[in-house]
Amino acid sequence: MSTPYAKLPGWVEYGLIPLINLAVAFLVAGLVVLLVGENPFEAAYHLINGAFGRGEYIGFTLYYATTFIFTGLAVAVAFHAGLFNIGGEGQAYVGGIGVALACLWLDQVMPWYVVFPLAILGSAFFGALWAFLPGWLQARRGSHIVITTIMFNFIASSLMVYLLTRVLKPLGSMAPQTRTFAEGGQLPKLDWLLSIFGLNVGTAPFNISFLLALAAAFGVWVLIWRTRLGYEMRTMGHSPSAARYAGIRESRITVIAMMISGGLAGMMALNPIMGEQFRMQLDFVQGAGFVGIAVALMGRSHPGGIIPAAILFGVLYQGGAEIAFEMPSISRDMIVIIQGLVILFAGALENMFRPAITRAFAMRGQRTAAVVQTKGA
Amino acid sequence: MDFFHVLVVLLESTIRVSVPLVFAALAGLFTERAGVFDIGLEGKMLGAAFAAGAVAAVTQSVWMGLLAAILISILLSLVHGYASITQRGNQIVSGVAINFIVAGSTVILGEAWFRQGGRTPALAEGARFQTINLPGADTIRDVPVLGPIYADLLSGHFLLTYLAFAMVPASWWILYRTRFGLRLRAVGENPGAVDTAGISVIWLRYRAVICCGILCGFAGAYLSLAMTAGFVKGMTAGKGYIALAALIFAKWRPKNVMFACLLFGFLDALAIRLQGTPLPLIGQVPVQLMQALPYILTVILLAGFIGKAIPPKAGGVPYVKER
Repeated sequence: MSTPYAKLPGWVEYGLIPLINLAVAFLVAGLVVLLVGENPFEAAYHLINGAFGRGEYIGFTLYYATTFIFTGLAVAVAFHAGLFNIGGEGQAYVGGIGVALACLWLDQVMPWYVVFPLAILGSAFFGALWAFLPGWLQARRGSHIVITTIMFNFIASSLMVYLLTRVLKPLGSMAPQTRTFAEGGQLPKLDWLLSIFGLNVGTAPFNISFLLALAAAFGVWVLIWRTRLGYEMRTMGHSPSAARYAGIRESRITVIAMMISGGLAGMMALNPIMGEQFRMQLDFVQGAGFVGIAVALMGRSHPGGIIPAAILFGVLYQGGAEIAFEMPSISRDMIVIIQGLVILFAGALENMFRPAITRAFAMRGQRTAAVVQTKGA
Repeated sequence: MDFFHVLVVLLESTIRVSVPLVFAALAGLFTERAGVFDIGLEGKMLGAAFAAGAVAAVTQSVWMGLLAAILISILLSLVHGYASITQRGNQIVSGVAINFIVAGSTVILGEAWFRQGGRTPALAEGARFQTINLPGADTIRDVPVLGPIYADLLSGHFLLTYLAFAMVPASWWILYRTRFGLRLRAVGENPGAVDTAGISVIWLRYRAVICCGILCGFAGAYLSLAMTAGFVKGMTAGKGYIALAALIFAKWRPKNVMFACLLFGFLDALAIRLQGTPLPLIGQVPVQLMQALPYILTVILLAGFIGKAIPPKAGGVPYVKER
């Protein structure tokens, strides 16, 4: 057991093992469905149908996926630098301030394409700000990033309750939310994108921030694998001592990686605030920051893996609503279980099946070698 | 006298809200001193609270409820142990996973079994803990100063409350005065040395994780069998994280853990008390600030501005015997 794991072919490492882990997670989730006294296959049918059955459903699936691409990328960027950013939830929540300020300021006088870039900057700025402090505290004061980001989630939640009930709420209104934005604060839907495939988006809030999410995924790929900064981040993630030896400034990379991570998490706020509700509400993040952890783990911190993983969670969120509607004893909390199981099997237990798979491949390798030898003789 | 009365009431509710924090923080103390980080305290507590509420409702026995709470909590601890000790997975990831699995399944199972919107049925008198009046509490209630302190502050709590505060010196004794405790602390600082002495690091860490499970079980049972009569969904409401903060705030020491929990409990009780009443000099303090204060204090402490919190050296690192 104490031998290091042998190197496996790429398709096994990045395809087979994550798929096996995912399959086990769903198997256990199926057992929970059985325990509740429902049919897991029926649940799976409602899940798929609810997520893809109609153009509108697909629109909702991709709307959720947009959110998870942002938070997944956020967690992944920090992972590459060897940092575990649990604070995506809080960073996304605070990032909402940037979106709301841009919209409240200009929505009545400017069209959306002027407000949107400002909102992007605002959300990234506030998200990065909320991640800067934990990053700085880790780099300079040595406090553990996991604990500080958890604390910052709670502080963010208190701060936002305060802001939404006292500061950003319009006078005379009781609900803890900003006023509804005018035209300029509403993002156009991507109905044309779905209508290419002959689908009707209906009421689904599938909007232009999806394209921004894809661009961000590409940007993260460029950053991590094609820039000097990304190289330094990966070096630090693999071996802090090697990074130090190579003259990479650890504290600088820590702070920058956390700020990029926080900025990406903050940009998640664009999707629900400008794309769906057209106002900032209490708790608009709804756990998306934590879903990002599962998405990043499943996608192996690679944008090429994060996008499908985010879509999978989009399926779970949208299809899960359908299950809850069709099968009353399964509420949307089922998604939370699946999310936890995915984190457990794709994250903490990722190496559980590795020894067996390695052995299987070693055996196959020996056999082909033997065949070659007999042929040669 | 009026101020005194308010103070007694305030401290009494401080004790009441601190109990789950004390149990959970001591639970974290055992695993973290053994080198296994645990941010799954929240999940274990919630799972235990649900098991206690569900089993006590079905069997009408408070003791069965308590037993179920402890068993479920140990089971969850063993999952965490298997992932982080045997499989050498990331301990933080494993803790996060457990929190989510429990948060989801308590609601799903509760709704499927009892159909009360994620609650368990309200418990009758035999199925929950009753408050205990210490001897002579009623007779000396009228004595000034001492009377209210004894009768209102110290008497009239649940059995688990007294147990929680008894666990503080007990944990200290186990960790600092027994062979098991010495080894447990050693395995959190330098597992290699413990292994060289011929002691199993794996088995020691598993035992620490089981201790954590037992204590989280008590914390959960207190929530659903004593503080309220039955389980309500999401009833831990971040207490596991506050306990974690208290543990760090206490610099991983049993006595400090108790005071940190009491401090955070006091802030909680004060926040409820102060809602809407302005303070002299400062004016009205937003409730949200009071709620965020434990977290802010922990961040400031972690930053090294109030002393330095040094975690166990081998914390979070899975032990690899040799390559």
